[in-house]
Amino acid sequence: MTDLIEIKDVHHAYKTRSGPLPVLGGLNLSVPEGEFCAVVGPSGCGKSTLTRLIAGLMRPDAGEVWLHGERVVSPRRTVGMAFQNPVLLEWRTILDNVILPLEIVATKMPRKQRVARAEELLAMVGLSGFEGKRPSELSGGMRQRASLCRAIVHKPDVLIMDEPFGALDNFTREDLWQTMRNLRSAEPFTAVLITHDLRESVYLGDQVIVLSDRPAKTQYVMDIGLSEDRPLDILYEPHVGDMLQTLRDQIRIAQGRGGDRH
Amino acid sequence: MELFRKIAVPIAAIVVFLILWELLVWVNGWPNYVMASPSDLPEAYIRFWKLFLSGAWETLWRTVAGLLIAVVAGVLLGMIMGFSRIANDALYPLLVGFNAVPKATLVPVLALLFIGQHNFNTVMMAFLISFFPIAVSVAIGLATLEPEYRDILRSLGASRFTIFRKIALPKTLPEFFGALKVSATLAFIGTNLVEIISPHGRGLGALFLSGQTNSNYPLMFAVLIALAVLGILLYYAVVWLERIFAGWADRTT
Ligand SMILES: Nc1ncnc2c1ncn2[C@@H]1O[C@H](COP(=O)(O)OP(=O)(O)O)[C@@H](O)[C@H]1O
Ligand SMILES: [Mg+2]
Repeated sequence: MTDLIEIKDVHHAYKTRSGPLPVLGGLNLSVPEGEFCAVVGPSGCGKSTLTRLIAGLMRPDAGEVWLHGERVVSPRRTVGMAFQNPVLLEWRTILDNVILPLEIVATKMPRKQRVARAEELLAMVGLSGFEGKRPSELSGGMRQRASLCRAIVHKPDVLIMDEPFGALDNFTREDLWQTMRNLRSAEPFTAVLITHDLRESVYLGDQVIVLSDRPAKTQYVMDIGLSEDRPLDILYEPHVGDMLQTLRDQIRIAQGRGGDRH
Repeated sequence: MELFRKIAVPIAAIVVFLILWELLVWVNGWPNYVMASPSDLPEAYIRFWKLFLSGAWETLWRTVAGLLIAVVAGVLLGMIMGFSRIANDALYPLLVGFNAVPKATLVPVLALLFIGQHNFNTVMMAFLISFFPIAVSVAIGLATLEPEYRDILRSLGASRFTIFRKIALPKTLPEFFGALKVSATLAFIGTNLVEIISPHGRGLGALFLSGQTNSNYPLMFAVLIALAVLGILLYYAVVWLERIFAGWADRTT
């Protein structure tokens, strides 16, 4: 078992007032170390639930979640998380927001070293000079960049992202895809990215997983197999277009609308 | 210039208010046992300045003491209600009911319970009347904390206390100070209520009462103005603290 993330036949249901709501029903997923796994699926199918299971924030009713060959039963410090809402703390500067995880994970690290690490990451995402600003002084895209820095500042093995670019306009989003690729070439981590943007999943992913509608299980796995060096224009190439079409069809099937084009 | 505007404009407004008041009394030809005018006040302040100073001090310290207890108790109660759904469901109706009781009815109750303990009764009333907004604001602030805010630290294995200290508490500060402004005025009202209603009261409220028993109407008005000034001072003290501790929430500067 060499995969960094291994999810085996996971079932989960939420207790609601109208009885149990099965959300995951036999989900399988394995991500080798260093790979980027993009997950797409109908809205409400259980994608965010999946991220919470991998992060150890919840335990599944049945099935197993493994990280690094260890069963996940509680949160672990080797995980980083980013959400659609950048959740920056307004009373802290951008720099101190990025440092936050180090205050939990690396309590003994001297302040100087923390600052240096945060500054290095902020420079990588193009936020040099904004260290002293408050989150409200930054644009949505810049806030999301800072949020990504915070998610990886403690050098996690796994970066879990739940639609991090979902609230951004198209131009900003494509900028952030580049940023994401730059970060990955500088910092080795394994990534799980939840997204509803198929172009994003193909552009960023090494593999794309399509989940079925609730209760979600793995419906389709696509190996992307594009070169590491990906200009944005690659999305217009015919074989990439074919992949996108296949994924679109799979989403339609997941939504229970078969393969027709409406 | 900015500072000048901030100070000069309110002062001008107060001067205009005093002039209008004076005019109103003058035009109607009211004698000062119907309605005192601003020009009657300096005499009252000069004659009774010692009583004003000691009364203001009595009123102020008991208000602040009651408010401090309200902060501690309100925050604790708010934390319990914010963190536990069951505690919230159990305590909320109780709190609302308690808050709905007219506080004037509590004065004799307290006076009977703790006979002769005037300071204690006054501080107690200031506390009882003012802790509700604080408890509710803290409870709501904690209960409405978006899960993602908790998860950024919880996913790293941070303890509940760390999450409270680093995220929930600071995030609730703006709501807390909003409530504290209301509570400060309420505590002030509570103190005065006891001072005026209960026998052998002290503080500015008692001075008001002695103005009434001596039919010294200018004195009564002078006390009202002094109370207003004290209330304003207290309010701005809270605003000043808010600037220091929750200034980040102010997007206008
Ligand atoms: N804590 C919860 N309690 C009850 N139901 C929940 C809870 N969290 C999510 N759900 C429900 O579970 C389903 C899947 O949620 P989620 O994992 O957030 O889906 P997705 O991220 O794919 O949109 C949704 O129908 C949602 O309403
Ligand atoms: Mg979701």
